[in-house]
Amino acid sequence: MALMPIKFDLPKRVKLAQGLWLLYWVSVMAGIMIFSLGLFFKIELRKRSEMMDNDESHFVPNLLILVGLIACGANAFGGKVCHDSLDPAKFPKWKPMVKPYLIFCCFFNVLLLVTALFCFLVQFSIYFALAEGLKNGIKFYKDTDTPGRCFMKRTLDMTQIEFRCCGNNNFRDWFEVQWISNRYLDFSNDEVKDRVMSNVEGKFLMDSVPFSCCNPGSPRPCIQHHLTNNSAHYDYDHRIEELNIWTRGCREALVAYYGGMLNTIGALVVAVVVLESADMAGLKYLTTSLETMADPENPESESEGWLLEKGVKETFSDLMEKLKSMGKGNQVEEGEAAATTS
Amino acid sequence: MAVLRVKFTKTKRDKLAQVLWILNWVSVVTGLVLFSLGLFLKVEINKRWELMAERDIHYIPNMLISVGLIACAINFLGGKICYDCVDTTKFLRWKLLLLPYIVCTFFFTFCILVGALMCYSMRGELEGALTEGLREAMRLYKDTDTPGRCFLKRTLDTLQMEFQCCGNAGFRDWFQIQWISNRYLDVAKKEVVDRLRSNVEGRYLLDGVPFSCCNTFSPRPCIQHQITNNSAHFNYEYQTEELNLWMKGCRQALLEYYTYIMQSIGLTVLIIWLFELSVLTGVRYLQTSLENLMRLGDPESESEGWLLENSFVETARSNFNIIKSLGKCNQIDTVQNGDPNIDVPSTAHYGPANVPTKHISQAC
Repeated sequence: MALMPIKFDLPKRVKLAQGLWLLYWVSVMAGIMIFSLGLFFKIELRKRSEMMDNDESHFVPNLLILVGLIACGANAFGGKVCHDSLDPAKFPKWKPMVKPYLIFCCFFNVLLLVTALFCFLVQFSIYFALAEGLKNGIKFYKDTDTPGRCFMKRTLDMTQIEFRCCGNNNFRDWFEVQWISNRYLDFSNDEVKDRVMSNVEGKFLMDSVPFSCCNPGSPRPCIQHHLTNNSAHYDYDHRIEELNIWTRGCREALVAYYGGMLNTIGALVVAVVVLESADMAGLKYLTTSLETMADPENPESESEGWLLEKGVKETFSDLMEKLKSMGKGNQVEEGEAAATTS
Repeated sequence: MAVLRVKFTKTKRDKLAQVLWILNWVSVVTGLVLFSLGLFLKVEINKRWELMAERDIHYIPNMLISVGLIACAINFLGGKICYDCVDTTKFLRWKLLLLPYIVCTFFFTFCILVGALMCYSMRGELEGALTEGLREAMRLYKDTDTPGRCFLKRTLDTLQMEFQCCGNAGFRDWFQIQWISNRYLDVAKKEVVDRLRSNVEGRYLLDGVPFSCCNTFSPRPCIQHQITNNSAHFNYEYQTEELNLWMKGCRQALLEYYTYIMQSIGLTVLIIWLFELSVLTGVRYLQTSLENLMRLGDPESESEGWLLENSFVETARSNFNIIKSLGKCNQIDTVQNGDPNIDVPSTAHYGPANVPTKHISQAC
C-alpha cells in the first residue's frame, strides 16, 4: 500500500513540474540567503574580535557558508531535473540519478537541522568569550602606547557608544582598573601619590568612568568623575540617578545583539529545511508519476505518484533487511576467507 | 531637408518597436529610482529638522518625487504605445496621440534636467539653514526641561558623536554660551557666583565642552573642562593638542555629508535624463517612420524616419508662424469684442439696385 498516492494526468503532471521548477529556484535563492547570512555573521564576529580576545570560533559561520553553497548546487540540479522531466528525450539521462539525489537531500536536511542547532548553541560560547575579552579590554584600555593594544581604547569607546553600555557587568568594573595611563599622571601631586599607595598593586583607582559611558539622553551634563560622592556634585544622588551613564553592561548588550542575530539565522535555516522537504516530496511525486505511466509512449496517459512505494513500516523493515544482509554478506565472506586461509 | 534621416525596413521597424518597449520598461524602473532618491533625500533632511532653521529646502526632494512619479507614468504609456506599434492596425489607435506625447515628454525631460541642476545649487541655502539652526540648537542645549526642546541635548550630542564634530564652526563656540542648566549650578558657591557676575548677561560661561565633543582616537582620557588652562592638566598644551577633541565644526561636517548625497543624486539624475532623451529619440524615429509608412500605403515597404521634417531653422520659423496666427485669430475676435450679435455692416451688395446685370444667353 503506497504512502499518499495521487493520480496524475498530463495537465496535472505539467503543472507539478512547472511548480516544482519554480520552487527549486526559490530554494536556490534560499541557499544564497543562507550563504550571505553566514558571511554577514563571519564579518560581524571579525569586527568585534578584539572584544572576544581574538579567540572566537568561526565554526558556525563557516558551516553556514558551506551549507548555503551546497543548497544552491543541489537545488539548481533539482531544478534542472524538473525542467527536463516532461521531455521524454531528456529525462532518461537523469532517471538513474534521482534516487541517490533524494538520499543526499535527506542527509542534507539533517545537516541543516544540525546547523540550526549549532546556531542556537553557539550563543553560550560567545557569552564566555565576551566575558573574558571585555575583562581584558578594560584592563588594557590605558595601554595606548603598547603596540598591538594601542587601538583597544578606541574600540572599547566605540563599543560603549554604539551599544549604549558601560563596563563588563556594569559601570563599577571601571572602578577596579586603572584606566588612566601613568604617562598622564602627575606623580609629584600628593593626591595622586595617596591614591596610588592606597592599594597593594599600586594602581591609580578612582570612582570614575570614561566619557564613552555617558548617556546623551541625560538632562544634565555628564558626571564622569566622583560618581559615588554625592557631595561632589550639586543636586546629585548616585543611588537614584539612572540617566547619567549607561547602566547596562557591555557583555549583556553584545550577547543580546549576537543572540538576536543567531536566533533569526536559526529560524531561517529551519524554514529552509521545511522548504527542502517540500521540494523532495514534489520531486518524488513527479518521478514516480513519470515511471508509472500506463503507456510510456503516450504522454497523455494517466499515472500514479506516491511518496513511498510501500507503507512507512514496510519501507523501514525493508531497509533494515537490506542493511542486515549487507552485514551478513561481510560475515559470510569472512567465514570463507577464514576457510580458505586455514 | 530632414534632420538625421534614417531608412527603416519592416524588420528594422519591428525591432525598434520591441527594443523601445523594453527600454520604456527600464525607464519606468529609473522613474521609480528617481522617486526613491527624492524620498531618501526628504527623509534625510527631515531627520535633522531640529538643526536646520526654517528655509525653503524642501522643494528639491518634492520635485524629485513628483518628477519620478510622472516619469513612471509617461514611460508606462510609452511602453504600451511601442508595444502596439509593431502591429500597424493598432498603431492607428495611437496615431493622433503620438506627436503630443513626444512633445510633452520632450518638455518633461527638461524638468528632469532642472531637477538635476537644482541638486547642485542647494548648497548655499543649506549652509545658511545649518548655521542658524546649529546656533539656535546650541543656545537651547541646556533647556532639557522646556517642552518642545527637551530632546535637543540628545540630538546635538548624538550628532557630535556620529559626525565627529564639535560646535558650529569649532569647539570654541561652546565657550560663548551657557550649556549647563541653572538647575545644576550651586549658586551658593563663590566660584559659580563669580562666573555668573563676570559677564553682562549673567551667563555661566566656562572653557569646557560637552562630553560628545571628545575624540575617540585620543590616547589619553578626554579633557573636557579647563581646556585653555595648560596648568590644570599634567603634560598638556592646548595649542598643540589636536587629538583631544573633534576639531571639525558640525556645520562643515553636515554640509559635506549633504553635499555628497546631493552630488550623487544629481549625477544619477543626469544619467537618467540622458537615458530618457535617447528613448525619446527612438520613439520619435518610430513615429515618423510609421507615419511615412501610412502615407506610402504598403505595410511591408521601407519608410524613412527623421527627427525633424525640415531643418531646425525652418521648423522653428513655421512653429513661430503658427503661434503668431493663433495670436492673430485672437486679435480679430477682440475687434468685435468677441460678440457674434453685433451688427456688422455687410460688404456684399444685395438687392435689386445692386444686381449686376447679366445677359443670360437664351437657349435657342
